[in-house]
Order: sequence, then C-alpha cells, then structure tokens
Amino acid sequence: MLDGAHGPAVQKAMDLLLRYGEALGAEKLVDTNNVCATVGATTPFIRDYAARHPGGLDAVFSEFSLDSAEVVKIPKVKAYTSHLQQGIDPNHAEQQGVTPELVQLYRKGEAFFGERGVNLLNTCTPYQVGNVPVKGEHCAWMESSAVIYCNSVLGGRTNAEGRESAGAAMLTGKIPYWGYHLDENRRGTHLIEIEVEVKDTADWGLLGYYVGEIVQERVPVLHGIGQVPNLARLKHFGAAASSSGGVEMYHAIGVTPEAGTLQEAFGGSEPLETLKYGVAERKLAYERVNSTGRDTHVDYVMLGCPHYSIEQIWEACQLLEGQRVHANTSLWIFTPSAIKQVADRNGYTRIITDAGGHLMTDTCSAFGRVMPKGTKVAAVDSAKQAHYLPAIMGVEAWFGTTADCIQAAISGRWSGRLV
Amino acid sequence: MKKIVLRGRKVVGGCAEGEALVTTQRISGWGGIDPRTGTIIETRHELRGQSFKGKVLVFPGAKGSSGWSSQFHVARLAGAAPAAMLFNEMTTKIALGAVVTHAPALTDFDQDPLQVIATGDWVRVDADQGIVEITKKKAALE
Repeated sequence: MLDGAHGPAVQKAMDLLLRYGEALGAEKLVDTNNVCATVGATTPFIRDYAARHPGGLDAVFSEFSLDSAEVVKIPKVKAYTSHLQQGIDPNHAEQQGVTPELVQLYRKGEAFFGERGVNLLNTCTPYQVGNVPVKGEHCAWMESSAVIYCNSVLGGRTNAEGRESAGAAMLTGKIPYWGYHLDENRRGTHLIEIEVEVKDTADWGLLGYYVGEIVQERVPVLHGIGQVPNLARLKHFGAAASSSGGVEMYHAIGVTPEAGTLQEAFGGSEPLETLKYGVAERKLAYERVNSTGRDTHVDYVMLGCPHYSIEQIWEACQLLEGQRVHANTSLWIFTPSAIKQVADRNGYTRIITDAGGHLMTDTCSAFGRVMPKGTKVAAVDSAKQAHYLPAIMGVEAWFGTTADCIQAAISGRWSGRLV
Repeated sequence: MKKIVLRGRKVVGGCAEGEALVTTQRISGWGGIDPRTGTIIETRHELRGQSFKGKVLVFPGAKGSSGWSSQFHVARLAGAAPAAMLFNEMTTKIALGAVVTHAPALTDFDQDPLQVIATGDWVRVDADQGIVEITKKKAALE
C-alpha cells in the first residue's frame, strides 16, 4: 500500500500510519474492520477551510484525515466506517443559527461520503444505533466517550484514535497494534472502593468526573457497585471520566466483561493505588463540575451529551409531559437520527415539541458550537458537557439530574442541589 | 553559560528552539485549547489564558477528547502551534497530535523535563538526535 499500488490516497494513509506507529513505538499494524470517525466538513474551523479551498471535500479529507497538504482523490473506504458527530443538525438550522451555505456543505458531505461507503450514523454513540463491537474485536474509533464504552462495556479493543488515524484506517483497514489492543494494557491499575450508592446518570457522571481527574489516563477498577447500571449510566460514567481525565478503559467488578473478579480485573497484580469514593468525594466532584454556575436564571437546558438513548428520551418525556418550557428558556435534546425516528413513532417527539422543546440530531452544543441566541447560562445533566461548554462557549453551566434540568426548563430557574 | 542537556526518544523529528511553557497538568486538545491562537481555555487549567504559540511546550501528556490531534492540526494551519513538544506519558492522542503538528517532539527522557525546565527557560530541541538543551532563564539574567 505504501508503494502507491493502491492509489495515492491509500499511499498517504499508509505513510501517516507508519509515522504515527513510529511515534507510538508500535511494532506492527493490526487489521480492523470497524472504524468510527468524523470526516464531514461541517465542524467549526474545518468548515472555513472547506469554504475557501478549491479542492472540495477531497482537499478536506486529504488535509484533515490524512495529514496531506497534497490533494488526493478519495476512493471508497476499505473498512466498515461509521460517521460520528456532525457540526450541525440540518433539520434545525434556523434554531441553531446555521447558514444555508453550511446546510449545503452538510448535504454535499452526506453525498460525498455516502458514495464512498460511509455509514452515516452521525452520532457520538454508534453503539446505541447498531455498531456494537464484539468482545475482542479490533476497532479504530474516535470519540472519547465511545472509545471508553467500546473497551470497557463491550470488550472491543480500540485506542482513542484521532481524525487523521481514523481517516487512514478507513482507507487501509489497519491501525497501530498498541495500547488497548494488547491484553497487558487492559488490566486495572487503580482500585476505586465505592462507599455510596450510585444511582442515576448524574450520579454516574459525578463518579466518572471524580475518578477521571485522579487516575488521568490509567485504568480504574470500580468495586462495590450496588444496583447494576444500565447503558445510559455507564455511558455517562465513561463520558465524564474521559473529560476530567483521559480514561479509555475501566472495569466494574461483576458488570463489565473483563472483570468477573478483582483478580481478573487486575490480571493478578496489585493495584498501584486504592482510592475511596464516599460522601465527601461525591460532594467534591459536584462542586468541581458546577464550578462555573453563578446566575440561577437559566437560558438554555441541553440534554443528550452523549446523545440520549430512547430510554432517556422516554424518561425526559415523563417529566415534561403536559408542562410548558419557560418563555425565557430553551430546551434542546440531542439524539442520533435513527433514535429520533423511533421517538417520532412513539410520540415522544410530540411531547417535547408540545412543551416547547426541540429534539435534535447529529451534533451537540459543544461540538457544533450551536446554542440558542444570547445564551449566558446553561443547565445540563452531563458532567462532560458541563466540563466543556463553559470553556468552548464562554457560558456558565449548571450540572444536575435530568429532573433538575427539566425543572429548570419549566421554571427558568436553577434549583438543583446535591441530595 | 551552563547548559542542561536532556536525552529522550524521538516522536517526531526535526530541530526547533524557543521559550519554554511548562505545566504539570495534562492538556485537553478539543475543548481545551483555542486552535486559532494556541490559547489554553480549559476552565480549571493552570495555564488558562496563556498561549503555546511558538513556545516549547513541556507537559505531562494529553487527556480528554479524541479531537486532540485535530485541534493541534488546526493550530498548525493557523500558525499557532508550539515550536516543539516535550512530554512524559505516551498516548495515541499525543502521538498522533505530535505527528500532525509537524513540530519536533520527544518523550522517554533520562530526567523529568517537568523538574528540570521552567517556564521562560530557553530550550533547543534536536529531536533527530534525541537531545534537548536548556538555558535557564535565571542563569541567563546573571
């Protein structure tokens, strides 16, 4: 592939993989047939590049997905590839303040990458809409919240790939055999003794936010979980731990597939460190994640980071049904478009719109930099979004439970507190 | 003038020099920097508001989003990338980020660069030879 026999794009892809593999100190590449990547040109910065570059989407892919200033023609993908988030929801362009030109660029990208075989799931949660790796499957995924879910909950094997390495993997079906592809790097390093009950998604987000900040890029092992968490709770845990830190893999004893016992989770070794998560630690995490919240007048309630599951939409609908979103407040909920179709069918979308909210797809406020005009204070039920939104958009953010957030949407005021 | 020399492993080849910007905190790419200016934006980061543009960035490693490389890639195109990167902890985020930044980068040092280098020191990086030469700011003033 490096000799150009498979065309210039594959040659550039192989060149990038070798430079990247050398940087890592990887000994070889491994075959993969499961790539998750953002390649569209609708994200901030890249949309500006696309607008002024005469080479079109071939140029965008060459530069941003292959690290090649030379524009090469992009062939059909070799590996099964799912598209992650986009920069906009084309069906809510007006609410999001998105220009017609940007919607056009979205449509152009949809056609371009569709023709090349990309599965346009357009979500940060491919595992919620059919891309569910099997234990041991070698993947090349981007999106830190999806990477940690793939490794930890599903037992798939991936590192946190970036736009360029995932782009190269799409065209070659290869990725460096390094990090979480190898058994020895998947074992636990830190033992977390949980001494409080961890219940809803907000609780799991707090736990993840606390643990991530302490273990950074290591592998925490959760011990002492009471009730078995569902998909949404583990999704929120992982998203938080990969935001305050760089966690790409964790174990939950008795829950996740490589942690039947403590011994299995640590591969027979002793933990480097044992930490406790009790009432004080939970309170500290809550204070840290709420460090930007000041004004209790809430302009905007954002749910769906990571993209909501159908179960979470149902839960939000139960809290919202028959009520009305406050005149000074907006409620936007984000989900994959495949799930929105089910929500439409179930009547959930109607409950949300009847209350004055919107069910949106494809993007989120932090990723697409899309918010209701004039937003100064946001409320979220995601520790990840509370971590990033103030940094990216310069707003204040309140973090609480889904119920706290729906309450804020209805009253226009933040009244959440740790209970 | 006395120089301190560190030896490390090449991540990305090349030579560069500049003033050091040192942090003991890991850096987020996406949502952690403004790639147009090279400024750290993470809310609780000790370097918040400071730019690494043209500096030799000395830090423990990367954290956060998989958009790490993409943000440093944009920073390079915007002319806001660091001159060189020196770090301790290898991850895919930082490896790919260093590769697409096209700036000399080293890791696996014989001494901890976070202990030896201070912000403001003048640092010369020869990544091909695996050598970092540090001229202390304090010594330079004497």
